[in-house]
Amino acid sequence: MVDTFQFTPKINLEFAIGEKDFFVAGESASRVKKTLQQLGMEQEAIKRIAVIIYEAAMNVAIHASHGMLRVFISPEAITIETEDAGEGIPDVDLAMREGYSTATHEICEMGFGAGMGLPNIKHCADDLKIESKVGAGTLLQATVYFTNR
Amino acid sequence: MKVGELASALGLEVLTGNVNLDREIQSGYTSDLLSDVIANIEENSVWITIQRHINILGVAKLKDIAAILIPRNLQLDQEVIDKARTESVAILRGVLSAFELSGLLYNALKRG
Repeated sequence: MVDTFQFTPKINLEFAIGEKDFFVAGESASRVKKTLQQLGMEQEAIKRIAVIIYEAAMNVAIHASHGMLRVFISPEAITIETEDAGEGIPDVDLAMREGYSTATHEICEMGFGAGMGLPNIKHCADDLKIESKVGAGTLLQATVYFTNR
Repeated sequence: MKVGELASALGLEVLTGNVNLDREIQSGYTSDLLSDVIANIEENSVWITIQRHINILGVAKLKDIAAILIPRNLQLDQEVIDKARTESVAILRGVLSAFELSGLLYNALKRG
């Protein structure tokens, strides 16, 4: 169970992510984490949420020219959404497979592109939805429920 | 064991001044894959990695890492060191390899 929340309205956070803007991805995850800690949410959920935000934002920074990260916080759940104008994912099931990656050599040398991003997100989320259109972009929505697990 | 104590015990160079030297270390993790670190490192760990670009600071902040430890006396850009100071991330450096430093860190933490 979750601690009592000090707020009732929804809180929404939004971050713009540019191409290869890796630092914003890490920073936005840190900022959301801090916000959730201040709201007194359970540590275990916060840890999972931070991983989802980091990986989802990294995916945008690595694979798309630009995109948005949005975080919707309510007392029951938190939904992390990334929407990008990238090249899209031709085969989502394949992309979900651990170790599968289309990242460039340069990206891999930086320690990204291990093919663990989407599997990490799936592992941490209670609900995961990916809509992708080749040549148009990808919409990812991951939800963590506070009363679950 | 605190970050500063570890640095003295293992003869590590402290690149970020007084930042986080009083922080308690609970564990350690050695990996150069950021997704692996994000998924598996415990809080208050020393993270041993040869990655030295600015994104390691994002990972360190996100996972509440006690200190980053760079092996083999590898060089870091001043930009990264400056950013680490402003972001309160301690960076240590040793002359030994990641394998050797991992062993020393493991033993130091076991001894407490």
